[in-house]
Amino acid sequence: MSIPEKEKQLIAEFAQYDDWADKYAHLIDLGRKLIKYDENYRNDKYLISGCQSRVWLHAFLDENNKMIMEADSDSEITKGIISLLVWLYSGESPDDILAANENFINEIGLKEHLSPTRSNGLASMLKQIKLYALVFKTKIQQNNNNNG
Amino acid sequence: MEFDIKAIRKDFPALNQNVYNKPLVYLDNAATTQKPQCVIDAITNYYSKQNSNIHRGTHYLSQQSTYAYEETRKNVALFLNADNEKEIIFTKGCTDSINLVASSFGKKFIKKGDEIIISALEHHSNIVPWQILRDDKNAVLKVIPITNNGEIDIYKLNDLITPATKIIAINHVSNSLGTINDIKKIIKIAHSYNIPVLIDGAQAIPHIPVNVKELDCDFYCFSGHKIYAPMGVGVLYAKEKWLEEMPPYQGGGEMIKNVTFDKTIYNELPFKFEAGTPNAGGVIALNEALKYVLNIGYDNIAKQENILLKTATEKLLQHDDIKIIGTPSLKTSIISFVINKMHHYDVGVILDHYGIAVRTGHHCTQPVMDYYNLPGTVRISFAFYNTLEEIDILMFAIDKVKQMLS
Repeated sequence: MSIPEKEKQLIAEFAQYDDWADKYAHLIDLGRKLIKYDENYRNDKYLISGCQSRVWLHAFLDENNKMIMEADSDSEITKGIISLLVWLYSGESPDDILAANENFINEIGLKEHLSPTRSNGLASMLKQIKLYALVFKTKIQQNNNNNG
Repeated sequence: MEFDIKAIRKDFPALNQNVYNKPLVYLDNAATTQKPQCVIDAITNYYSKQNSNIHRGTHYLSQQSTYAYEETRKNVALFLNADNEKEIIFTKGCTDSINLVASSFGKKFIKKGDEIIISALEHHSNIVPWQILRDDKNAVLKVIPITNNGEIDIYKLNDLITPATKIIAINHVSNSLGTINDIKKIIKIAHSYNIPVLIDGAQAIPHIPVNVKELDCDFYCFSGHKIYAPMGVGVLYAKEKWLEEMPPYQGGGEMIKNVTFDKTIYNELPFKFEAGTPNAGGVIALNEALKYVLNIGYDNIAKQENILLKTATEKLLQHDDIKIIGTPSLKTSIISFVINKMHHYDVGVILDHYGIAVRTGHHCTQPVMDYYNLPGTVRISFAFYNTLEEIDILMFAIDKVKQMLS
């Protein structure tokens, strides 16, 4: 599934919930199902600044040049949002990740997490994800140049 | 005046609205207070009828606005019981007032190796300006520790004072815990060594009548927006003798008497410290806010806020998994708390959906959070316009928070 296809699926999934409390309950539930974070990466180097809750994020490039992400947070709601980002972007190519935007957050009814307040970590998370993607994209280009 | 909560709430248009289809319960008053209609009207009136640059024009409007601006200064002097209005400087806010003193007092009186004392209970606004000064002058910053219940450990102050101590800067009330500090005692100790004291009064001014003469503080700072006035207006009270000796903070219009390229003669007090066009509309609206507070009366304010504080504290403590951070013997209507195993951010987001505005995080007091080894807390802070019904809504919502997060 491409990122836009996954986004469509997420929007449909969240559209089932009329009530904000159900929506958040689902979000928290998704966060709890997030793959257990590798403790080797739970340190300041992987901490994203700009979040009121703590967020750790680490990514690497697999053998197919896809970016694999792992992340965690001490806040359940933030962890839920992270789980959405991991589901959307992990396993995708750096190019596709760089082309993605955060509009889906608005469409699934979590737009308050896009407001530019200090308490908001989503913008910082997305920035960090795109930064990883950019680094990996450059790496892939360099490898291609060396091989070519 | 009789305290009629229904009538009072009608004075504050922002309180009478729904958020997420629920009535707004505004419990973030320590961050900023809502504005009564008279303050909103004063701003509207200023920009509708009086707007002009003060102290400069010979024309009618300028005279009118200058008069209203200076009238506020007189009233602030009365409000604080200052000796005269020359001791009242208008600033952008409490942070600006502290920065003014750190910069100007620092320029004149702080040299290499001198010591500045603050406490571990300070807002970042009463830490960072002094750190900047310390680094600029190679001075030393010392910190009075706090006790476990969140009070400044006054007995440690004597140990910290040395002949090199040049100023002590302390908050009147803690913004994160609500502790009312015994500043009178601190000032007395400091003055016995001839050390001047700056008081950060941001969190005290909406709750406690301040008498600078009785306190004998050298500097007292507060923000307008915490006492029902607009944002972008603050006050620095300073004893005239200090203001006379301190160099200007910023250069520009208004603060000068005569300028040539060789030399500038500075204006007299208080204008020496008010460079540039001020927030005249905001200052004039501050006058209305102070009048409004005095009309309600600090006695009535304290009575209502104490009922709210006591009720909310008791109800929160009925929960075994809730811990209140900071249990000083004297406090304003601030409650900082944590719910076991629940992140303050999650609590805040869910409360928000019930229409309840609280503050979550470190409240610009990271050293206080470090002391309690916490990343942050949930802070509720009451104003006199809050009600017992709102506490019931809060308690209902806290039950919901616990259901959702457990």
